[in-house]
Amino acid sequence: MNDRIEKRIELKAPVFRVWRALTDHREFGEWFRVKLDGPFMPGQVSRGHITYPGYEHVKWEAVVQKMETERLFSFTWHPYSIDPETDYSKETPTLVEFKLEKTASGTLLLLTESGFDKVPSPRRLEAFRRNEGGWTEQMKNIESHVAQKR
Amino acid sequence: MSRKSGSGIAGNRWAQAPVFAALGDRTRLSLVAKLSVGQPCSISQLTGGSKLTRQAITKHLRVLEGAGIVHGVRAGREKLFEFDPEPVEEIRKYLDLVSERWDQALARLKSLVED
Repeated sequence: MNDRIEKRIELKAPVFRVWRALTDHREFGEWFRVKLDGPFMPGQVSRGHITYPGYEHVKWEAVVQKMETERLFSFTWHPYSIDPETDYSKETPTLVEFKLEKTASGTLLLLTESGFDKVPSPRRLEAFRRNEGGWTEQMKNIESHVAQKR
Repeated sequence: MSRKSGSGIAGNRWAQAPVFAALGDRTRLSLVAKLSVGQPCSISQLTGGSKLTRQAITKHLRVLEGAGIVHGVRAGREKLFEFDPEPVEEIRKYLDLVSERWDQALARLKSLVED
């Protein structure tokens, strides 16, 4: 059974542009829907707030792992840690890695999130339950937003 | 999500028993494969045709039981083991959910850098 998520996406933009969108905390915040307190630094905790409509009260926290310019950006975090009452710090986080490769037409972005085997089961259920309400609606909104932009 | 998993007790049942780890073994996977297609099986039935001892099979079944993937049921004097698809199903749904969210985020990233 696979305990990771892998995505490959071709971007029609040079590697330096994609690198900036990933590692500049303001640009990251724009597409990830989070307002970060400060720049990413390897080994440092990155903090902020979700800007996703309806989730503005939710804190965002990750630990930056690697920043190898225009090649690899990675951080660990607790996906779906959206309950302010729960202390997630004792749980094993998942690892998110963005790898960049130059291609003829731009950049190949490889995203991996791994370590789901350590996410406690009740948390997975909670995420699923929550999704049945707000997220589904939000995803539809984004879909139509993205579709309009194309 | 099915009825059982909603309650706290049922949820906690697997809390400390990672399903991935339980399935990350060839013998256990083959036991699950056997149990998932047919009727509940006894240890003797599961040991038959396998090179492993009864003790070894019992040990593997305990790991699967701990993760909630397999349940022991009494049938007279015998204990039978049956497959429970719920923990595996739950993980699959969770990963689908996280995966879907990445698709959305990456779509926004794409429009940001390609603009």
